[in-house]
Amino acid sequence: MSGAPAPHTAPAGPVGPVAWPSALQPKVAEALSHYPNRRSAVLPLLWIAQREWGWLPPEVLRLVARTVELPDAEVFGVATFYTMFNLKPVGKYHLQVCMTLSCSLMGADRLFQHLSGRLGIGHGETTPDGRFTLRRVECLAACGGGPCLQVNEEKFHENLDEAAVDRLLERLP
Amino acid sequence: MTGPLLFKDIDTPGLAGLDTYRRVGGYATVLAVLGRQTPDQCIEIVKASGLRGRGGAGFPTGLKWSFVPKGTERPKYLVCNADESEPGTFKDRELIEKNPHSLIEGMILAGWAIQSNAGYVYLRGEFGWLQKILDQAIAEAYAAGLLGRDVAGTGFRFDLHTHLGAGAYICGEETALLSSLEGYRGQPRLKPPFPAVEGLYRCPTIVNNVETLVNIPHILGQGAAWYRQWGTEKSAGTKVFSVSGPVKRPGNYELPLGVPLRVLLEEHCGGMRDGLKLKAVIPGGSSVPPLPASLLDTPLDFESMNAVGTFLGSGGVIVIDEQTCMVDSLWNLMRFYAHESCGKCTPCREGTYWMTGILERLERGQGRASDIDLLADLADNILGRSFCPLGDAAAMPVQGFLKHFRAEFEHHVGQRCLANRRRDSRMGVPA
Repeated sequence: MSGAPAPHTAPAGPVGPVAWPSALQPKVAEALSHYPNRRSAVLPLLWIAQREWGWLPPEVLRLVARTVELPDAEVFGVATFYTMFNLKPVGKYHLQVCMTLSCSLMGADRLFQHLSGRLGIGHGETTPDGRFTLRRVECLAACGGGPCLQVNEEKFHENLDEAAVDRLLERLP
Repeated sequence: MTGPLLFKDIDTPGLAGLDTYRRVGGYATVLAVLGRQTPDQCIEIVKASGLRGRGGAGFPTGLKWSFVPKGTERPKYLVCNADESEPGTFKDRELIEKNPHSLIEGMILAGWAIQSNAGYVYLRGEFGWLQKILDQAIAEAYAAGLLGRDVAGTGFRFDLHTHLGAGAYICGEETALLSSLEGYRGQPRLKPPFPAVEGLYRCPTIVNNVETLVNIPHILGQGAAWYRQWGTEKSAGTKVFSVSGPVKRPGNYELPLGVPLRVLLEEHCGGMRDGLKLKAVIPGGSSVPPLPASLLDTPLDFESMNAVGTFLGSGGVIVIDEQTCMVDSLWNLMRFYAHESCGKCTPCREGTYWMTGILERLERGQGRASDIDLLADLADNILGRSFCPLGDAAAMPVQGFLKHFRAEFEHHVGQRCLANRRRDSRMGVPA
């Protein structure tokens, strides 16, 4: 794992009434084409939206609901069930630190404390410049490389210590 | 990493690409089987091979396939469970990342055996980067005529799509996975009807784990007897064991079923690191009861693990050292289950939350003498009474931790934990 991961999330900002940008319409159509009904595309469409807007404000959830022809409440119910859908803005780099047993055995708690101290933020908080959001997460399926973290949706960073995570933060553009 | 079967070629450079995969024999089984062997013959070979599901439950794969109704007009679906959410398990990720075409080939063959024309791979939400690798391989397979309307010119149609979850352990449970794939909250459904009869879109559906499916090209290509050269009578074949915790060489190891736990940890993983001593091993993912060091010679197969009161599970082997507190370790796991409980049924939703609170106060030295019996009573009342296996998965470790390490829990009553490497641990740099 070398090189800086590209940010997936756009800087979070206010989002007004929305429609799918024309550049995304082929992706939306393709997602819908994978299933025999529109409802099954809810998760793929929420992902497409989150990658575009960085988070999922109510206007965007309503857009997804219109697209799959469901009541808004159905899509709100789905979006609030899954932990990876951001219902509040997150920073440009969303640092998700695995805290489950295997990583914890290898020092995840200290890793989290180090990041928290360095960035001056706690779990679920974002730095004032909007650059970093820090979050404790449950098992990422990288247990043999603990402690580990995921930046946005990129491949996991594994076998981390304080020095390695400092280097990682410095590499981010 | 190497292994006799699934990992044999895994580190071949470029294996994720179609050309290299074909060069090591990939897709030969699709060409040999489709249109030449009947679906029933395929199911019989898989039954005879003794292959059992690699996701955790260990159900015989061929038998599961045979439950799909024949002669129905309704569509049939094949779903690959790549949710890989059981803590301690990280094998499916390596199998897909390094050899995505083996999964595609396994799914084409499984699709043929159950006469399904559509497959989905359900990946956990954190695997967005892995989805790109698999989508790329799927696109290559379509371009080469190995997927789509006319697979390899045989007239068999098989379409394959990936579907990304969004962060929910429960979606590893097959009916919750199907709910999620249909665009609902990932909550489990009542069984029966089982998915083989009424699954995705209420149509017959087979859900198989990644590791199960990547065995299929080998079994159908080489035969059941050949496959049985590995493993035991009732636990045939190889298994990928994911080893984590303070051993010298953590990672995935593909070994014949029946290999003693000690051989895996001492010979393959190089033993404990940093001079630590082994205290306990959770052998099959976080949901199974732990074993004390005294049971290290137990063979890693379904029956031998059951005989010592635990399960082979997903093969996620978590190693715990002497300096790590068992109360704290169980508290860590219980936070996971409380966080991941879907909220549908009371025993799991309330029980995991309650047990987390008890473990927290024990670990903080604020526990009561009655807490240990209360914890045992809660686990006994959750087990078998929750809507889906998540409740059982939370209760079984509690029972196992208390069975083997009760003295450590008793020691915590009224006194703060003194020795806990995990809390004070230096960072894990591999030795």
